Amino acid sequence: MLSLDLSFYNWELFTNYILKGLLFSVQLTVIATAGGIIFGTFLALMRLSGKPSLVYPATFYVNTMRSIPLVMVILWFFLLIPLLIGRPIGADLSATITFIAFEAAFFSEIVRAGIQSVPKGQAYAAEALGMTYGQNMCFIVLPQAFRNMIPVFMTQTIILFQDTSLVYAIGAYDLLKGFEIAGKNYGRPIETYILAAFTYFIICFSLSKVVRKIHEKVAIIR
Amino acid sequence: MALDLGVFCKSTLDGELVDHCFSAVFGLGQNADPSYLDWLLKAWGWTLAVAGLGLTIALILGAVMGTLRTLPNHGPFSRLLVRFSTAWVELFRNIPILVQVFLWYHVIPAFVVPLKALPSYWLVSIALGFFTSARIAEQVRAGIQALPSGQRMAATALGLTTAQSYRFIILPMALRIVIPPLTSESMNLIKNSSVAFAVSVPELTLFAMQAQEETSHGVEIYLAVTFLYALSAFVVNRVMAMIETKTRIPGFIAASNDAVVH
Repeated sequence: MLSLDLSFYNWELFTNYILKGLLFSVQLTVIATAGGIIFGTFLALMRLSGKPSLVYPATFYVNTMRSIPLVMVILWFFLLIPLLIGRPIGADLSATITFIAFEAAFFSEIVRAGIQSVPKGQAYAAEALGMTYGQNMCFIVLPQAFRNMIPVFMTQTIILFQDTSLVYAIGAYDLLKGFEIAGKNYGRPIETYILAAFTYFIICFSLSKVVRKIHEKVAIIR
Repeated sequence: MALDLGVFCKSTLDGELVDHCFSAVFGLGQNADPSYLDWLLKAWGWTLAVAGLGLTIALILGAVMGTLRTLPNHGPFSRLLVRFSTAWVELFRNIPILVQVFLWYHVIPAFVVPLKALPSYWLVSIALGFFTSARIAEQVRAGIQALPSGQRMAATALGLTTAQSYRFIILPMALRIVIPPLTSESMNLIKNSSVAFAVSVPELTLFAMQAQEETSHGVEIYLAVTFLYALSAFVVNRVMAMIETKTRIPGFIAASNDAVVH
């Protein structure tokens, strides 16, 4: 039986190695969630528009993203963006663009379900009041849809936070990478992997508890 | 940007064209040196092996854990089982799959020595299986709870024990209901098997990364790999749809289909 010695894990190690990775993982999660919701909403509106010229490209995009492993999507963007713009971009920027594009497909499915969960009468009533399509969506349908979707959004964000560890494939410096490098430099790979798992678990578990609380609240009001 | 698919007929050793490009596929004779096509198909085999083994573990453990979570409160032992399965789900759901793969590859064999004898793809399959089992358990639990409570009561009224009522009444219905969500979890598992690259299992993603660097024909290589992933997931989708049709109980599941699909 191997004995574990965690005494090397101190404040200095945290600020030198882990904090930078943690900040990048959180930043990536926040940007990808915000960007994913914005682009995902547009994708969902395209898919619900009923115009074939909008429906088919959006459907194709969403289905493609959903059928490719995320690691491959990360590699694809890392390969294609430099080919298209003619110069290399860093792993961090590439990862950010990838996650926005990838999450947009997943958030669009959530938004689509959310819009469909708003009773049809709401949209009809808005139309009867003389609202345009834009007003109808902005003031009547989307606010109600988003309110229903908050728990699902947050669950997706937790999954997204876990998925950010996959930027390992292109060598970006995220939370996992921070632990790994610390483990190499201190000669303690086993302990740092355990600490990494523990850190991810604490963050994701407490977030999922919060989501459950919010879910209960939303359910009661309805 | 023109695609040059000829890259797959080149030797992985010296980059020259090989004699039999499709040797591996159609058995047209053996190359002296393996081509990139040979390597690609071998990598696909590894992906299927890792995913297939992982899926077996995930389905068995997921069904067991999901069932345990719904056990009625009949004393301390059943409460313990409920708590154990809940902890299981929370543990394996809240750690990223890549971190779990590292745990199984680097950490756990240091404590459980017999695991060192296992080939690395087994460890990845175990990691994938445990990770996915938590998700499958949630689907199975939802499927069991979606059944009308009268089913369980009727089983009790007939004098069935808890084990009998699960075996003969609850699980046969619940497992049929959860086939659609299990399909998407199985497809997710195939996609997630790509993390095996991180511990050097020679599967599709590792092939993509290495062949891209060697040949500088990244687009063609990635296209082939992406296609094989999509094809594998599609085949799983069709197989599950077939199982769903084969196991359908006429007149019963059709009614609950609307509730599940939406």
